[in-house]
Amino acid sequence: MGRCGITPQRLVLSASSFAEFLFFVRSESNFNDVWRHRFAVFTAACTLLLICVGGLVTSKGVGMAVPDWPTTYGYNMFFFPISRWWGVGGIHDEHLHRLVASSVGFLVILLAVWTAFKEQRQWVRGLAWVALALVLLQGLLGGLRVILNGSGFLGTTAGMVFGMCHAALAQIFFSVVGAIAFFTSKTWSHLRPGQMLPALVNVPGRTAAITLLILGQLLIAAAIRHQHAPLAIPDFPLAYGHFYPPTDPDFLMSVNQRRMNVVLDSDVTAFQIHLQMAHRFMAALILGSVLTVGWQLIQGGGLLARFGAVWSGLILIQVGLGAATIWTNKSVDIATAHVAGGALSLLTGVLLAAATRRMRGPAPAPGVARSAEVLRVRTAHSLGG
Amino acid sequence: MLMKTTLRFAAVSVLLAAVSTLQAGNVTGKVSLKGEAPAEKEITPLAKDPNCGKSYSKPATTRHYLVAADKGLANVFVYVKKGLAGKAFPAPAEKPLMDQKACLYQPYVMGARAGHPVMIKSSDDFMHNVNFAASKAGNDTFNFAQTKAGQVNEKTFKNVEVFAKLQCNVHPWMFGYIGVVDSPYYAVTDASGKYTIAGLADGKYTLAFIHLKAGEVLQEIEVKGGAAVNATLEVK
Repeated sequence: MGRCGITPQRLVLSASSFAEFLFFVRSESNFNDVWRHRFAVFTAACTLLLICVGGLVTSKGVGMAVPDWPTTYGYNMFFFPISRWWGVGGIHDEHLHRLVASSVGFLVILLAVWTAFKEQRQWVRGLAWVALALVLLQGLLGGLRVILNGSGFLGTTAGMVFGMCHAALAQIFFSVVGAIAFFTSKTWSHLRPGQMLPALVNVPGRTAAITLLILGQLLIAAAIRHQHAPLAIPDFPLAYGHFYPPTDPDFLMSVNQRRMNVVLDSDVTAFQIHLQMAHRFMAALILGSVLTVGWQLIQGGGLLARFGAVWSGLILIQVGLGAATIWTNKSVDIATAHVAGGALSLLTGVLLAAATRRMRGPAPAPGVARSAEVLRVRTAHSLGG
Repeated sequence: MLMKTTLRFAAVSVLLAAVSTLQAGNVTGKVSLKGEAPAEKEITPLAKDPNCGKSYSKPATTRHYLVAADKGLANVFVYVKKGLAGKAFPAPAEKPLMDQKACLYQPYVMGARAGHPVMIKSSDDFMHNVNFAASKAGNDTFNFAQTKAGQVNEKTFKNVEVFAKLQCNVHPWMFGYIGVVDSPYYAVTDASGKYTIAGLADGKYTLAFIHLKAGEVLQEIEVKGGAAVNATLEVK
């Protein structure tokens, strides 16, 4: 392979560099720890890719294009002939999703074992095992979503319920893997109690609360997407021209008579409209909250200012993608980018909540305080602050 | 003597024919659409699909409202909803066929009898999956693949379900709808909006007209040697 070729090593380094650029996270200096951290970042990047591929499957409505699981049309999925799936409609997306998911599962096994052998901190080792448990559960949920698709469950279909759980767990799993990458970074190791500016003392609690709001928002989003229905409300910022649209039977009938769906051919229900409105109001609440905390953090400078700016930017982009999803009538690429934006927003909230919680607390001994100040100055300097 | 006998025989034959006409007849009519149907949309993913796109010289469109120049509405499922309780009917002579041709279900809407098999065929020489998620208790969900042209699978819907929706997820714009009912008295309107339900015995019934988009209307009818029943569905 030539000097400019893409090797796995370069791929890991690139993903790691991207994450370090995004979150200003520095690698540990110990050789083993550096590579484990980079591997965790690479695993997180692959998980984000997996979320995108899964998002495409749902956006296109092709989750059932492969009717069996864990086999693919009777084949061991790894030996399913490429000629039978590459470029073949929905089979392409669904089978690719399974292959990427299997790869991520393999990466998480390696990460958990590596962490178990080399990590000093018990809670980080525990978190790596949690990641492994989640990825196994995630695979199982994906399989149940396929094989129980039409079975009745909790008043609806098992496919819908397991699909929603599968989508929601994907976001949580991504945050866990991303957190492992953060907790193995040099940046994390330099965070100390007492580094928090007094003006930011309320930030950890607010950040945790907003992160929970984002998680709730992602659960609503999963419920919306796994209705496998067209847009419940086709306009934005208004909803059918109203601040809050009517949902009486006559209105719904009139709406459904005029919907000319190409895919996802089903009627819109009152429940779907209420769900969509809840998603919008929640988005407004999250936007206001994140911008408030983000501005607070930016005022404080240092690492947390970077976090605040990234989080605020992500949420603004996310709101834009949400609006674009509606304006483009649920365009597949935009809707999938919106899913990925949600995952990154949640992860940023988790990392920020963890960082601020670690930095909160009584001031350490003078020597430690000095090193903390050095870190703050260094970080501010690296930002040009 | 011979002439008398012949006349008597002829008279009895005419009388029998008249009685027969009184006991069962055809219900015919036309379904019209009131209001303007929205314009159909091009199925753009179909045109982009390497297998499906080559079957079309011009873009295929959705088939939500197929309206004739005189407002006759196609693909309306018409069936006797009430008035047949307790009656048993012989098994149908033929099995209804739902085909997949050039990446569309043909017909788009059809009828079938609960408890009797339906043939599901692919005329395409590439992969389709046929996915049915039952919405009525008792009907079995299925999802199977049809990989080459000519493959036929038989499926039986045990219970009434209007409509049973068949879907291909490999080509997610493909939908076919089957009105599954428990009597042979059903029909689907043709391109001009006309329908015929044959052999319905004299009596009072409720006739249902269901369109996938325009909704449902019910009409109380009385059959006396047949009936002519028109209906109008409205886009509001």
